[in-house]
Amino acid sequence: MSLVVDDLRAYYRTLAGDVRAVDGLSFTLADGEIMGLAGESGCGKSTLAKALIRLDTRMRYIGGHVVLDGVELPIWDDALMNERRFRDVSIVPQYAMSAMTPTRKIGRMIRELLESRGVDGHALEPELLRRLELVGLDPGVLSLYPIELSGGMKQRVVMVISTLLDPSLLIADEITSALDVSTQKAVAETLVEFRDRGFVKSVIVITHDLSILAQIADSILVMYAGKLVEKASTAEIVEEPLHPYSRLLISSLPEVGVRYDEHKLAGIPGRPPQLLDPPSGCRFRDRCPLATERCAKDPPFVRAGDDGRFVACWEAAC
Amino acid sequence: MRRYFLRKIVVYTVTFIVAVTVDWAIPHLMPGNPVLTLMGRIQIQDPQTAQNMYHHYMRAFNLDLPLWKQYWYFWVSLFHGDLGTSIVQFPAPVSSIIVHAVPYTLGLLIPATLLSWYAGNKVGALAARRKVLDNSALPVSYALTATPYMWLAIILVFVFAVTLGWFPVGFAYDPTAVRGFTWSFVSNLAYHWFLPFLSLFLVAFGGWAIGMRNMIIYELESDYAHYLEALGAPQKLVRKYAFRNAVLPQVTGLALALGAILAGALATEIVFSYPGLGYQIYRAITNEDYFVIQGIFLFIIIGILVANFIVDVVYLVIDPRTRVGMEGGRT
Amino acid sequence: MTTAPVAGPADSAQSSVPETASQLTTTQETLYFALRNRKLVIGSAIVIALLAFAIVGPFIARHGPLDYTGHLSWAPTTRSGHWFGTTLLGQDVFAQFATGLRLAFLVGVVGGGIAATIAMLIGFTAGYRGGALDEFLNMITNIVLVIPTFALLLVIAAYLQVRSVMVEAILIGITSWPWAARAVRAQTFSLVSRDFVDMARLSGRSQMQIIFTEIAPNMSSYLFMMFILLFGGAVLIAATLDFIGLGPSGTISLGMMMQLSVQNAALQLHLWWWFLPPGIAIATLVGSLYVMNVGLDEVFNPKLREM
Repeated sequence: MSLVVDDLRAYYRTLAGDVRAVDGLSFTLADGEIMGLAGESGCGKSTLAKALIRLDTRMRYIGGHVVLDGVELPIWDDALMNERRFRDVSIVPQYAMSAMTPTRKIGRMIRELLESRGVDGHALEPELLRRLELVGLDPGVLSLYPIELSGGMKQRVVMVISTLLDPSLLIADEITSALDVSTQKAVAETLVEFRDRGFVKSVIVITHDLSILAQIADSILVMYAGKLVEKASTAEIVEEPLHPYSRLLISSLPEVGVRYDEHKLAGIPGRPPQLLDPPSGCRFRDRCPLATERCAKDPPFVRAGDDGRFVACWEAAC
Repeated sequence: MRRYFLRKIVVYTVTFIVAVTVDWAIPHLMPGNPVLTLMGRIQIQDPQTAQNMYHHYMRAFNLDLPLWKQYWYFWVSLFHGDLGTSIVQFPAPVSSIIVHAVPYTLGLLIPATLLSWYAGNKVGALAARRKVLDNSALPVSYALTATPYMWLAIILVFVFAVTLGWFPVGFAYDPTAVRGFTWSFVSNLAYHWFLPFLSLFLVAFGGWAIGMRNMIIYELESDYAHYLEALGAPQKLVRKYAFRNAVLPQVTGLALALGAILAGALATEIVFSYPGLGYQIYRAITNEDYFVIQGIFLFIIIGILVANFIVDVVYLVIDPRTRVGMEGGRT
Repeated sequence: MTTAPVAGPADSAQSSVPETASQLTTTQETLYFALRNRKLVIGSAIVIALLAFAIVGPFIARHGPLDYTGHLSWAPTTRSGHWFGTTLLGQDVFAQFATGLRLAFLVGVVGGGIAATIAMLIGFTAGYRGGALDEFLNMITNIVLVIPTFALLLVIAAYLQVRSVMVEAILIGITSWPWAARAVRAQTFSLVSRDFVDMARLSGRSQMQIIFTEIAPNMSSYLFMMFILLFGGAVLIAATLDFIGLGPSGTISLGMMMQLSVQNAALQLHLWWWFLPPGIAIATLVGSLYVMNVGLDEVFNPKLREM
């Protein structure tokens, strides 16, 4: 197992109390697996990404374990964690457009970054050039300033930088959200290529766009209100979702090639619960068509299907 | 890049024209006739002589010509370097008064501005990351920047010159000293220069320190800082980049603050009777020597425009974004 | 003396913190933080105290500010009510100080107010309309920005035969707005592209309405902070103008007190009660305003709050 997350809990401190953004998340990721992390805004997926690499001052690590390649990630300790960043765990951030400092040429920035991490930039240069070429960038890009690149180019540069040290775990946080459709496809395919060539071992792709996941992800983990709702292979989630939330999510997507004459696109009525004081039992019950009394009392524990599926629902068929 | 310069030059040219026009126009908009004021001071008894003098001065100052011609001559004389004649220090030309005063003003202004900018930035950056320094340097900086320039000068004079006697009370050099490039004269100059310089330096320093500290804090919250931290870069590297980016608005700020620091320099000179432009302006105002005031105003305008232009060039060099284009380039 | 903003940019923080079920409304929450912010509380307290002094002072003074009492160069004493002593010419320093403080507030409010108004007018228009109008207003802003305010005021004021505080304040107001206009414009830009403005447009509201009901309220904290800085700047500029000899005729201001004291060799004569109070007053007033500003920034900008 490449990555094992066990009962991870991370809250945000606010004046009114703790917002339980990630509240007991457990899953595993195999070597070479691209897992999509899907869910509505505010479900905790970005929090998870941040928790795995860098807690910021507003977040508090509450409990749980994260084990990468058999070694525990000390995510509660900034200094200890720093050793693992970039080398073992890396991130392609949401803000790739502005992720590079505007007053340094890109090549120089990369070199200084590597040096500060104790990596010989000179030795790595041929590999860097090779990878730039792989993503379709001219090596001359290194002597440009970030402002001289287009959005898509910046995205690709950041992807190359983030994976330069061949991390075991790569977190891709909404990397396609700010791009047009054709660039989205290119970026998504680049991600797969990186995995195929062994530049990264496992990838967590965070997005609210299920269609991207359907293209590139091996498995999908659906989150809702800070909790895991379902995790299964992509094919299973798309064709045969078990959890009522996943089902509603999938069915709210329009299908290509189908004509919608008198068919209304179904959204999911209602809003996610406030995470300051989450409801007891299952957090989806207020919007769930299958909710029963039991759902209000006991939080559904994650039920593993015999094929490695996880579903957190009392009513889902196994 | 061309757009950048073009814009700046247009603004400066228009500003110059506006300023010169305002400078020429104001005396004509104000009630009163400077020649009459001048004559009132001379107090001529004989009415016939008074008449002759009046006409003489009106001609000498071009006040007998139609307005547009006066305006035109104003520009012409400006380009000949003729800024008029002082009424009080007649017949000294304004330009010579300015030329003799400028070295003293620049001698205060340039070192004080540059050193306070440099020191303020350094201290501000340090304060942004060390809580202890922040808690001490910041209130001091606020106190300094809120202090009127001339008042700090007054305090320094009172404490260090009058009471403690460590420094001279005023003037650029000892009236009894022999002028020349001798060590004793130069050190005498420096001795008299120090307190006014210090006064200017301290107040300006406060402003820069606060500005830089805030800019650094802002930059440390930027996306590139977060990205570097996510990739495990040490704080040293992040701070280095933050500083580099924070300096940019400080350079722009330099151009903006020039006017304020100049005003401070003028006021400081008055306290120290330091023979720069400020001192001359003070004399001119007290004695209603209008042409001197007008001339110094024009000179200040030119000086500020030139300084602004220099800062613009420097900014062009240090900010790659201006070289590529204002909206960002595409390759 | 700063006429450009001292504080850093107030960025519109778009937090990625999930929505909180705050039991407090926004206004209540703001007030809560406001009252707990030491800088804001102390700063405002000092400003209010000075204001109170300015209002009450001239009434409790035993002499008029320009009266020649015949008591020359007295040190502060309780005799004849010369609590702040007298000047070389026999004028009561306390009365002068109180009057000067009043004028300082007047200049600050009027000068700062006018500058703020112009800045808002120009900034909102440029930011909202954009295009050619924006370019034009930008050019005007740049021109007024480059012209050294002080030199301009110098020339204008020098020619006035009779000077009044109001005229001084107005002059300061119409020359010190450029940096504020730029700031308003930048903020307006960032707000204009937000959805709620589009909504307002779609619902048929006029531009003026949109500016006043949608954009301005969202910037109200920023505008208020801007006004405070303009207020402080006006006080400093006025003091310097007065010091150079361009102060209002027929009355006395803090800057004029400093000028007269220097002119009359108060420094050499150790008449510290004459030249210290005016400077302390200005430094305290402006300093407190700046501190208030920092406090306000912390209150309105959640990112800066200490948890």
